[in-house]
Amino acid sequence: MTARPGARRRPSGLSLFYWLLVGLLYVPIAILFVFSLNAGTTLSFPLKGFTFDWYGKILTTSGLLDSVQHSLIVAAISSTAATILGTMVAVLLSRFNFRGRGLLTGLAILPLIVPYVVLGVAFLILFKAFDVPLSIATVSVGHAVVALPYTTLIVLVRLIGAEAQLEEAAMDLGATYPGALRLVVLPMAAPAIVSAWITAFTVSFDEFAIAHFLAGPDRTFPVFLYGQLRFANTLPILIAMAVLLMLGTVTLILLADRIRRR
Amino acid sequence: MIRRGPRPRTDPRRATFLGLSIPTALILLAFLLAPLALTVSMSFHEKLTSDILGPFEPTLQHYQRATSVASYWQLLWTSGVMAFVVALVATLFAYPVAYFLAFRAGSRAGLYLILLLVPFWTSYLLRVMAWKLLLGSNGVINSLLVGTGVIDEPLTALLYNRTTVVITLIYVWIPFATLPILAVLGRIDARLHDAAADLYASPFEQFRRVTLPLSLPGIAAAFLMVFIPTVGEYVTPLLVGGNAGIMYGNVIEDYFSKSANWPLGSALSVIMLGITLVLVVIGVRIVQPRRLLRT
Repeated sequence: MTARPGARRRPSGLSLFYWLLVGLLYVPIAILFVFSLNAGTTLSFPLKGFTFDWYGKILTTSGLLDSVQHSLIVAAISSTAATILGTMVAVLLSRFNFRGRGLLTGLAILPLIVPYVVLGVAFLILFKAFDVPLSIATVSVGHAVVALPYTTLIVLVRLIGAEAQLEEAAMDLGATYPGALRLVVLPMAAPAIVSAWITAFTVSFDEFAIAHFLAGPDRTFPVFLYGQLRFANTLPILIAMAVLLMLGTVTLILLADRIRRR
Repeated sequence: MIRRGPRPRTDPRRATFLGLSIPTALILLAFLLAPLALTVSMSFHEKLTSDILGPFEPTLQHYQRATSVASYWQLLWTSGVMAFVVALVATLFAYPVAYFLAFRAGSRAGLYLILLLVPFWTSYLLRVMAWKLLLGSNGVINSLLVGTGVIDEPLTALLYNRTTVVITLIYVWIPFATLPILAVLGRIDARLHDAAADLYASPFEQFRRVTLPLSLPGIAAAFLMVFIPTVGEYVTPLLVGGNAGIMYGNVIEDYFSKSANWPLGSALSVIMLGITLVLVVIGVRIVQPRRLLRT
């Protein structure tokens, strides 16, 4: 171990800063957690008492489970579409030299740059122009586009790191080029592809800014939550649902992280 | 990166290339470029009609309104300033954290990084809403202050203003801003510090003359990665900003939902998109992302 800069100065200052900040970051999450177990409908101190009722009422709140189901469907469709398209873009960028490489890179990254409000209204205009009614399908299109930069980058990093000689070896052994892609490149990129899918899934599952414009009657969970914010009586039930979903999301992301590091 | 020279026409990979590139191009055209092009077209419509694709008399009236009404410019400027403050403060907070993770956390750095990122991975809407529960008139802070007799009436100044929006956004972005800084710090060759120490640089001098200059691209990247999405933000102001805390994005949202003036909303969108793209081009010139990828 070589000497690090400032190794002799108070090492505790930085770690104190880190822990204070992390503590602060978890305060709102802790608040949501407490709120979901508190008997009152506002989060005032002193707390009203401990209850699991809100979790039980998830099952009987009209529209709530429907919205969660919409979110799951949208996330599944959009992440699959974004992963397929992102993998295609990544293969093109890492394995082919062609005019328009820069353009393709730019387009794949563009959804990260265009403000979400602009992207949302642009899709709204597109669907209106072609008389497509707003539904699960329209949100899925929006979310697939939003997730494209993430899936592309995750798969691209893996493909750039992998040596092209393997495909050439496969072709020397008689594989066709598509065969080499399918038998060598895709299996090699599989962890990145799975990780890209999970990332896209979680991006979609939480997304509100675009779903707000495109969901129409098929409200996703964040859209439903937003619509219900005015009603204090149902808020704790929604927060209870949200806490459960949050735990699910974190598990998925940790899983994606594990798979990517393989 | 794998680069290949031009190949003869009999390249066995040509069919694969076409099979991949044509659908990709069509999808990007239909679902990325077409919506943006239609937004530009909509901004020249006089008003929203059922036939959006049909022929129309282009008009500049919405751009005239969007550029002549002082409050729109003012709001765009305010949104820019808010995004600037958010990006600056989030980067300032993120730097020591990234520094800690890169140089002091040792073998636990990975665990500490995940701990930092978990809040960022949880729902954006929920984290913002948690602030509402914290700061609202019968929320945590007010009920504690009233309950302990510090104040008699709940403070209303905690919520529904620009400061709350800015603080909430800073909070939301800090974990994200550590990532590019951490990426740059992690690549600094430790021998440079040894060399600096051998030349009698004090720890502070080592930091100022070695670490800080080498981490500048990461700092710039962190700033940009927060600034760009924040300029176009509308959800956070919607939740904790109230009428006093609106940003430019909220005006656009409003013209597409409540007021249903799509052409004017489109003109405002095009202006915002244009400015964002210009900022990104300038930012990319400064940051040069390739430097971040190089080892």
